[in-house]
Amino acid sequence: MNDWLQFRPMRIPIDTFRLPNGLFVTFSEDHTAPIVAVNLWYHVGSANEREGRTGFAHLFEHMLFQGSADVDANEHFELVQRAGGTLNGSTWLERTNYFETVPSNQLELALWLEANRMGKLLPAMTQQKLDTQRDVVMNERRWTVDNQPYGSWMEKLPALCFPSDHPFHHSLIGSMEDLTAASLDDIAQFFATYYTPDNAVLSIAGDFEPAETRRLIDKHFGGIPKGKGKPPLPDMSLPKTFGQWKREVVPDEIMLPRLFLAFRTPAFGTPEYYPASVCGAVLGLRNGSRLARRLVRERQVAAEAAAFTYDLAKGADLLVVDVTARPGIPAEQLEHEVAHEIDAMVRDGVDAGEVQRATALIQTTFVSAMQQAGERADRLSMFATYFGNPELVNEEVTKYQAVTADQVNAFARTYLDENNRASLLYVPREDSPTELVGAGVAADAQ
Amino acid sequence: MSAPAIDRSLRPKPGPPRSYQFPRFERRRLENGLEIVVASVSKLPLATVAVLVDAGAVCDPQGREGTAQLVAKLLLEGTDKSDGAELTERFERLGATVDGQADWDAAAVTMTALTEHLPAAFDLLGEVLRTPAFRPREVARLKAERTAELLQLRAEPRGLADELFSRFLYTAQSRYARPEGGDEESVDAIMREHLLTFYEARYVPGGTTIIAAGDVSVDDVEAMVRRAFGDWRGAAPERVVSDDVPARQERAVHIIAKSDAPQTELRLGHVGIPRNHPDFFPVNVMNAVLGGLFNSRINLNLREAHAYTYGAFSAFEWRRQAGPFVVSTAVRSDITDAAAKEILLEIDRIRAEAIAPDELSLATSYLDGVFPIRFETTAAIAAALSVLVIHKLPEDYYDTYRDRVRAMTVEQILQAAQRYLHPESLQLVAVGDPAAIKGPLEKLGFNATTVYDTLGKPIAG
Repeated sequence: MNDWLQFRPMRIPIDTFRLPNGLFVTFSEDHTAPIVAVNLWYHVGSANEREGRTGFAHLFEHMLFQGSADVDANEHFELVQRAGGTLNGSTWLERTNYFETVPSNQLELALWLEANRMGKLLPAMTQQKLDTQRDVVMNERRWTVDNQPYGSWMEKLPALCFPSDHPFHHSLIGSMEDLTAASLDDIAQFFATYYTPDNAVLSIAGDFEPAETRRLIDKHFGGIPKGKGKPPLPDMSLPKTFGQWKREVVPDEIMLPRLFLAFRTPAFGTPEYYPASVCGAVLGLRNGSRLARRLVRERQVAAEAAAFTYDLAKGADLLVVDVTARPGIPAEQLEHEVAHEIDAMVRDGVDAGEVQRATALIQTTFVSAMQQAGERADRLSMFATYFGNPELVNEEVTKYQAVTADQVNAFARTYLDENNRASLLYVPREDSPTELVGAGVAADAQ
Repeated sequence: MSAPAIDRSLRPKPGPPRSYQFPRFERRRLENGLEIVVASVSKLPLATVAVLVDAGAVCDPQGREGTAQLVAKLLLEGTDKSDGAELTERFERLGATVDGQADWDAAAVTMTALTEHLPAAFDLLGEVLRTPAFRPREVARLKAERTAELLQLRAEPRGLADELFSRFLYTAQSRYARPEGGDEESVDAIMREHLLTFYEARYVPGGTTIIAAGDVSVDDVEAMVRRAFGDWRGAAPERVVSDDVPARQERAVHIIAKSDAPQTELRLGHVGIPRNHPDFFPVNVMNAVLGGLFNSRINLNLREAHAYTYGAFSAFEWRRQAGPFVVSTAVRSDITDAAAKEILLEIDRIRAEAIAPDELSLATSYLDGVFPIRFETTAAIAAALSVLVIHKLPEDYYDTYRDRVRAMTVEQILQAAQRYLHPESLQLVAVGDPAAIKGPLEKLGFNATTVYDTLGKPIAG
């Protein structure tokens, strides 16, 4: 029975154009609710940071909410919320995005706000704002990394998986030292280099009138001068695999061991990415996945198991398996059990049913996400930024459906091999209160 | 260098708003007492179904807290027909994502699937609700997983602060004083027979509502419900309520020791009001101004003016009985007391004088304008309908929501702050380094300061 494969292909309407200053615009209309999403991707992320300025792309993202020539400090948030909109921004290795979803009659406000900070940010920048946001970011770092069990994985894993001179190697949130060193001059320089219309994609999704919206985009963004070009990234290419099993053991203030096991995999968007992504879902998407079934349900050595990809479009991607031990299971055993399952997959392969389960779940998740204007706009921006082709969003489901068990098995044989692994193994620090771990074991045995 | 004055006339004015209605929904009732609520929304070929059962954590027997949560999760761990692995496989081969959860007021099995798989997935829902097997092996495993969760919590400052805040807020008899999923002792005491007894008493059509939102008609849903649940029998069980009496009338400081913590997880609050309270709207808007929005007083003060934190917010937790009112933030250890002082000042300030009209309009225009954005997905619509059912809100609740928000006045907000914020009985919970924060926090002048270990047992410190 193959009826789950006969999914009606869902296509969203897409229109694109480019302003003379290089701003690439994508449109996707949907009038089911009076809501419109505005989404801007700047093609700059932590990978573009220079030495001694780790964390700068993210700190800069904070500064973009501190006002611009015609917008006061903290007013950006206030104006959008007063309009009944939601908003945020985020920084990733390869890009930084800013987005609002607003009632459709407030579209021009959102466009104006984005244009104002793209065109006229610097007059609003002050040392005091920079000092405040630096402290806010340091608190963000304490909250997400330093005072959070396992929190350091976000910077330790890329550091382990990419060579020290590779742009994906260093910390996205940055070191306290580098954050302290960031100056207003750095802000001005970064802005002039990367926050230019020709280094950005603007996507509009939802309830809007295309001709009028195009006029508004011309009006607000058209006068922003094109940039002078950005320094090229160093060569991002990497050997196909790690060529070894890299290992790092991290003692931390934690109760249970946890393993992040990474594989170097084909870059996001390449034809080989799709078998990799499906393989990840077979391994770790939801309760029926291999790791959940084998390690959580049957062997009961793990409390949780999942897998995900970083979706890096340059050089190489990472597929990561993330498994937390059950109380009483030592770290070495956890690593051994996970490796055993990976080896079994490489050796014996997956069957068509496992692939169908994975693709069916991926489809539901995809369609679910596309209900939201903000998600549509974000994916349009992503495909336009990385590949210059937003239409790729409509090919996603077909590409996933086309993945076969043979392709997943070929992928697994090449990329899940012992010579392409990096394990970051968290172990409870010796002074952690082990008597509690003991209590957990006792409960377990009953 | 002073920035030039800002020309506010440049800002685009909004066009005329397009009208929006919360999705129309229809209710039906089967002969066996089972209620159906359906909102047909045909944007994408997808639907979310929530089977809502009056079997929330408040129904847990005393001493066996965590029963409701275990039962809800175990529904998906095997039926008479399929063991857990096979059952999961049957859902997931259909691409159906399904989760079982019990919150305070209800248990819910929630599923999202593409429309074409809905009939098959619906049959599976019937099977899990009506013939769960509670196999001993799965019972033991889920108990152990909860134990692991609790163990993890001891090292996780955010979750620990939330859990212990509730513990210190309510009297020991209150169900709210112990975590929704139960604690080590109570979970340990739960045996398979307790789960069966709970299931048989509470999982009955008379206490169940099936909510569906998405690309499906009410007739189709009724047909699917009839096929899967039509011959199910059982009258509504007795409604259980939790004691919501505060443990303390006077201010107290509770420090949970985590030595060398670079940050303090801070919670400040007291017992709030129930969801069905007539002053829900003024309290909700008051909270938006105080700490609900990014541009709220508390966040602007702690984050943007003082740079003490990455974020600070306040919330009333809405339950059938009075849930907590809590201000939450994480701050640098060395300014823990200063941050607490600013929060106390903001609570006093909003009770002392009326908020500015501009602050009110920010909150009301946000809550009014964002309304359609809250219901973009079938899952969000199903969740909104669940709130309607759980709290027995009026049928036109979502249709009148925006008018009621817009009607708020600064006087009503002041009154809500004076009536429902109780500075005199605030409990302060701090997960952090006692060596760094105890002395300064004692100077706040609260009634008592106690230091606890991560299990919440008092220690010398």
